[in-house]
Amino acid sequence: MYRIGIDVGGTNTDAVIMQGDKILAGVKSATTSDVMSGVVDSLKKVLAETGVKNSTVSAVMIGTTHFTNAVVERRSLSLTAAVRLCLPAAQCLPPMVDWPDDIKQAVGGHYWMADGGNEFDGREISSLNDIQLTKIADEIDALGIDTVALCSVFSPVNDSMEKEAMAIMKKRLPKANFTLSSEIGRLGILERENAAIMNASLRKLSSHTVGAFGKALKSVGLSCPYYVTQNDGTLMSAKFVQEYPVLTFASGPTNSMRGASFLTGEKNAIVIDVGGTSTDVGALVNGFPRPASTSVDVGGVRTNFRMPDVYSIALGGGTIINPEDPISIGPRSVGYRIHEDGLLFGGDILTATDVAVGLGIADIGDPEPAKKLGSERLQIIKSKIDEMIVNAAERMRVSSDRIPVLAVGGGSILIPDTVGDLPVVKPNYFAVANAVGAAIGQISGEVDRIFSLTSISREEALETARKEATKKAIAAGAKPDSIEILDQEDVPLAYLPGNATRIRLKVVGDLNG
Amino acid sequence: MSEVKEQVLQIDDIEAMAVGTWILGTGGGGSPYLNLLNIRELYAAGRRVTLKDPMTLPDDALVAVLSSQGAPLIGQERLADSAMALKPLRIMEEYLGRKFDALMPVEIGGGNGLHAIMVAAATGLPAIDADAMGRAYPEAQMTSFAVANLQCYPLAISDIRDNEVIIHKAHSWKWMERASRKVCTEFGSQASTCKAPRSGKEVRDHGILYTCNKAISLGEAVLKARKKHTNPVDAILDECQGSRIFTGKVTDVERRTTGGFLRGRTVLEGLGTNTKEKFSLDFQNEFSVGSQNGEAIVMTPDLICVVDSISGEGIGTESIRYGQRVDVLVLPAPEIFLSPRGLELVGPRAFGFDFDYQSYFKDQK
Repeated sequence: MYRIGIDVGGTNTDAVIMQGDKILAGVKSATTSDVMSGVVDSLKKVLAETGVKNSTVSAVMIGTTHFTNAVVERRSLSLTAAVRLCLPAAQCLPPMVDWPDDIKQAVGGHYWMADGGNEFDGREISSLNDIQLTKIADEIDALGIDTVALCSVFSPVNDSMEKEAMAIMKKRLPKANFTLSSEIGRLGILERENAAIMNASLRKLSSHTVGAFGKALKSVGLSCPYYVTQNDGTLMSAKFVQEYPVLTFASGPTNSMRGASFLTGEKNAIVIDVGGTSTDVGALVNGFPRPASTSVDVGGVRTNFRMPDVYSIALGGGTIINPEDPISIGPRSVGYRIHEDGLLFGGDILTATDVAVGLGIADIGDPEPAKKLGSERLQIIKSKIDEMIVNAAERMRVSSDRIPVLAVGGGSILIPDTVGDLPVVKPNYFAVANAVGAAIGQISGEVDRIFSLTSISREEALETARKEATKKAIAAGAKPDSIEILDQEDVPLAYLPGNATRIRLKVVGDLNG
Repeated sequence: MSEVKEQVLQIDDIEAMAVGTWILGTGGGGSPYLNLLNIRELYAAGRRVTLKDPMTLPDDALVAVLSSQGAPLIGQERLADSAMALKPLRIMEEYLGRKFDALMPVEIGGGNGLHAIMVAAATGLPAIDADAMGRAYPEAQMTSFAVANLQCYPLAISDIRDNEVIIHKAHSWKWMERASRKVCTEFGSQASTCKAPRSGKEVRDHGILYTCNKAISLGEAVLKARKKHTNPVDAILDECQGSRIFTGKVTDVERRTTGGFLRGRTVLEGLGTNTKEKFSLDFQNEFSVGSQNGEAIVMTPDLICVVDSISGEGIGTESIRYGQRVDVLVLPAPEIFLSPRGLELVGPRAFGFDFDYQSYFKDQK
């Protein structure tokens, strides 16, 4: 049986076909504004190139940086109403307090703080106020906003206030979609709320994008199941990603790092993945992406997801450069429109790729329009680009060891032969490393439920959860001997009788076959 | 030690201080990030903090000793609030019928180190470069002022609502702890306090001096190491004359909020030179005892600090979680806690352990 890995980037849509550990082919197509035709194009190409029959494909794994890019570039984000249930607590630091101004503006920056929230032991901080929430809903409606993020103090311990508040507000906002913080985050209100607001602002984009994935597969006659990769390298169902697009954050870097390690056999390295829109720099330690221990910023917004430690800069093949101001590079990118807008393809916008082509570093499209800028000016821009890459790599480097830099991604022509004092390795299939990473996505099994510790010990409860999660992972197709625990957390629920504790546990394993 | 009698803290000093206090917090004191956010807002509005050398305090100066009391986990959800933080200071002034001349943190560790700086920014009162712990501790009697048997009352404590309590008198520091802890627990296990006011002479004679600058220097050393790509954890050890005792991955965290504290235990599995070894850490807000392969090898009052192995960032007992790669460090305790009275108040027995204090550093010398 075969499986297909797809990576939908801001600029290119790549696909690989794998049989076991063997890569049969890898192709690139342009990402299209409807997402779907780019995916169709890639699938058709890769199937044609290998002659693999679509009935023999057992699964399709899709990785996408679509949602991360939307946040990084502050585009396609819906205006979102952030409502925090907390008063009179937690008012000094309102929602989005530590967000950069531009992203706050992109989601509208509208927030309300209302009565509600719980203490750690389940007591109410204050009761929900029906009239107040109705008034807030009316204000949200008056602003023309139909996307709401709700976050209540201690909702991972008790989520009922978020649910009730949603029910109250839905009466006035029947068409709005709601994201509840308790569904995506853990303790730590600022980070959980940030995730909820970002998730809400991405919901419209995710409905569109995930819908496009399904249609694309159908149109090329693939009826096998398809999955989308999550931030921790595991796979989730299409329906799930539609509701929780925020969980795809950093799946791109995870895929490219796992893919780069798979392609080179290197276990310890810096991985630089240059896409069309952004460059992600991460570190491989013993073959795995180095996880971020503490909080992680996405586009300048703090979150507490389990994610690889990645430093992203707004530099990619499609990054827009102002020829009059050569050292101001990005952050905007022409993205998938490079094939229309880039100078090298007859457009009128100077991009990072044009600079490389103009200097003869890469041979794509027409170098002439870029050359008109003069090699001196192009050199200034290239030096600035190199400087950005070296700085980003230095930031992720933790020792003076001369570990290799693995250069992957379609825009990796921008990476010089050495990065500072580090040698650069470009593996075969370097341009489609992300798609390879998606194709080797891991299967997870998760348990999140309440255990009573009156008749069993905490250790026994954890053991039960471990077994359940393992069973689920194997049922979903994981190799039994490859399973390990990815995350484990228990939160005592003091407000419930019977020494109740909420256990969340996740195991992962490699996909069988 | 400090040549400067008075310094206006710049926001960079405070950013560095947040890094330093989180390490000195030995897991407790709450995350300084939340206080830092408040201070950034106050600085953006033009407020500034003056940090004063304690030696400049007149004998009869009136100094407020401030803290956020409770279980660190609560702050992660209810956040830090400068308006709430300065309330007990005003209550105390009203009670005493006298204005404060300056303020100081009860503990330099964690968010509480910045809590006082935040109130200084909000009120304009100068902050004194001193604290009463040189780290963070969970209980009221675990201070240098208690070791010196200074008066433990009055105390003002308030919450996010309109609940305000003054403890007019307490029989002893431990009774003050019991009474104020009960109030704090009822308030939701997080409350703002203004502890027994101190005279300038008391602060000079019995405070732990220059700890604000110590936190700033420590933070600067870590930030500098990160920038220069040298090892930030080594920078901490150099700066504080400490030792690295274990490197590992967190494999279990058991914690519960009970009696106004965050209590529990975390287990690490060794990495690198510690491969195949196990290390466990007990905590009551702060890490109190560390055991390697079942044997207690490091204990309070020595500072047990858990930091991210890569960045050297402090990790709190409320935020330590499965899978984190951490280094466990031990830093020497402030001298005053090594006296018999000091050990009675903050040694392992004060935390319910059935053994006496063994200095980690004595064994090493």
